[in-house]
Order: sequence, then structure tokens, then C-alpha cells
Amino acid sequence: MLSVENLSVARGGMPVLSGVSFTLAAGEALVLRGPNGIGKTTLLRTLAGLQPPLSGRIEMAEGAGAYASHADGIKAQLTVAENLAFWAEVHGGKLTDAVFEAFELTELRDRLAGTLSAGQKRRTGLARLGVVGRPVLFLDEPTVSLDRFSVRMFATFLRDTHLAGGGCAVIATHIDLGLEAPELDLTPYAAAWDAGGGADEAFL
Amino acid sequence: MIALLLRDMTLAVRAGGGFGLGLAFFLIVVVLVPFGVGPEAAVLTRIAPGILWVAALLAALLSLDRIFALDWEDGSLPLLATSPLPLEAVALMKALAHWVTTGLPLTLAAPVLGFLLTLAPEAYVWLLASLALGTPALSMIGTFGAALTVGLRRGGLLMSLLVLPLYVPTLIFGAEAVRRGAEGTGATTPLLFMAGITFGTIALLPFAAAAALRVNLR
Repeated sequence: MLSVENLSVARGGMPVLSGVSFTLAAGEALVLRGPNGIGKTTLLRTLAGLQPPLSGRIEMAEGAGAYASHADGIKAQLTVAENLAFWAEVHGGKLTDAVFEAFELTELRDRLAGTLSAGQKRRTGLARLGVVGRPVLFLDEPTVSLDRFSVRMFATFLRDTHLAGGGCAVIATHIDLGLEAPELDLTPYAAAWDAGGGADEAFL
Repeated sequence: MIALLLRDMTLAVRAGGGFGLGLAFFLIVVVLVPFGVGPEAAVLTRIAPGILWVAALLAALLSLDRIFALDWEDGSLPLLATSPLPLEAVALMKALAHWVTTGLPLTLAAPVLGFLLTLAPEAYVWLLASLALGTPALSMIGTFGAALTVGLRRGGLLMSLLVLPLYVPTLIFGAEAVRRGAEGTGATTPLLFMAGITFGTIALLPFAAAAALRVNLR
């Protein structure tokens, strides 16, 4: 479903990771590990297509990936339901009650997102993944500001809805999600600081 | 695409969305002019086309930096970039939403303000026509400027410097059309030139704005 071969990625023109390879089949998840600054976010952004790789290959069906970062992309002036309905419509998906239930948002659906707590806002942001209908998820620290209960709820959604439905996911996280997923430690792939790329890449 | 347009329009009219800000600015600038140059009707009639056009241009400029900056701050922009919507369509819809919430109200309010400046009666129809045809170019060029400066801290000022020179042709032909309309000497030519500029920007700048966004999102 997702195949990455000998991938090198750069941040701000400086190579951070090189030689990353892995393959994910439907229903599989991969957890990225590594210290701060190793390049987890850069790798996920590259996989999602937000920046070009330095070298290497990413094989994925066109338009299969969805990206979720530290920022939720939730508008404070819109209600929870309006926010999710917008993302559903942009992706041609449908907003069903099941999504509200899966993320415990049923009672919050008509609240303005600006009045939610950080954790509730995060849950709304994650619920977006339930409406976009994309099979490959790239998740960057999805559990930030979630309590333990919500983390379990999100892990349940990933395992029972997304992965069981034939999707796959690449997750950068520091905590144990409780998924039975292989872990990929990125430390051995750290690029030497002078490993190609060059500073002028940022201007191209 | 329609969903994005509707969302941006909803955001503009909700609290803190800035709808009406440009309109109020337009009103105040135009009302201030007679205080500055004196109440002589002959002078005001002469300068009215230029004042109305410059004021409309500045009012449109006021809300430009919101076009992409807000979506950048809350992380919607990378999510839109990875959505099925092409970034070109995003840029076009953003410009359209900006025009509906800024350019269109300015166009509709301009005749009332023209009355305050004792605009020549023959010029009203040309004022409406030139603003209706010219303000879409202001929104589209502004969207391109906003795309260039998205992610820059305090990019609003830099964007004004980039965008204002690009507004010059629209301003020249727009004000000229109204002036010639007032004199009754063939306002069609400047109006057609301006329409050409507008359609040219709509045809080309969504691609330029999308390219600028792609670079800035890296």
C-alpha cells in the first residue's frame, strides 16, 4: 500500500535522514521513534507530499494519503460539526454520527471550536481523519494534549475502524498507543550534516 | 471548491472575521477627503473618480493578509494542500471569497460615497461598471501577494509593498474610465483595458499563487 525505498529528506536545505526504507500493507501501522529533531516530522511531511524528497522513492496510490500535524486545522469561529462537515465535503466524504461517537464529540457538535479545551480541540482535529476517507494516514504526534482515556479512544479508532478497514498508518509518537505495530527507530538513518542536498535547495 | 468558498464567507461574517472592516475604511477615507481639500463642489467633482478608486484600492488591501495567514496559523493550509482540491482552485476560491466579502460591498457602496463627493451624474454608471470589473483583479493580485508572503512574520507590510505596484494598471484604467464617463468622452476604451487586465489576472495568477504556496509550505 505504501512503499518507501532509500528515502532521503531535508529540512531547510539540510539533509536530516537518509536511506529510510519500509513497506506497509493494508491493515498495518508503523510507529516512528527517535529523539527530537531526528526528522520525524520532516519524513511525514515528505511522505504526505508537502515537500519533495532529496532522493529515493515513495510509492503510494495517487491521493491516498492524509496528513495530521501538531496543528489541527480547526477554525475557532465554526462549530465542531461545521468544521468536520467542511473537511468531509472537501474530500468528498460523508460526515456520519459514527464519527462523533468514535471521538466522543456528540455532545460538543454544536459548540464553537474556539470554546473547546485543548484536548477536545485535538479530538475534533483527529475526527477529521475519520471523515476524509483516505487509506494512508500520516500522523505527527496525534496524542498531544489528550488524556489517557482519549488516547485509548484514538487507538481504538485506529485499530478497529481504520486498520481493520484496510487502511494503514505511519505514526510519529513518544507514547505507547497500545497498537501492535512494528517500531522504526530513525536514529541509525540520521544523515551526515554534509550529505548532499546543498543549501540552495531551499530556493528551488 | 464550493465548500471552501462557503467556509471562507462564513468565517468572514462570524465574530472577528473582518467583514465590513474594508467597507468602513472606505467610508472613512472618502468622508475625510472633503475635510482635507475643502468643500468646494467643483474641486471635489474633479477629484472624485481618483479618490474613490484609491480609497477602494486601499480598502481592498486592508484584508488581504487574512487570506492565507489565518489558514497558515491554524494548520489548515497544509491540510488543504494535501486534500483533493488543487492549490490553484484553493487560490481562486480564496480570491473569490475575498471579492465577495470586500470588492462587491465596495462596489455597491461606491455610488453613495460618490454622492458625498458630488460626482458628476453621468459618471455613476461608469463608477459601478469600473469597480465591478476592476475589484476582482484587486482580489486576485492580492491573493497572489498573500501567497508569496504566507508564513512570514508581519508579512502584511511586505505584501502591501509587493501588491500596490501591481495595482497601478487597474487604478489608472479604472479612474480614467470614471473620469471620461463624467466628461462623456468615450469611457469604453479604458474600461475594456481594465477588463482585459482583470481576466488576465484571473487566468494566470491562480497558478502563480499555487506555485508560491507550494514553495512556502515546504
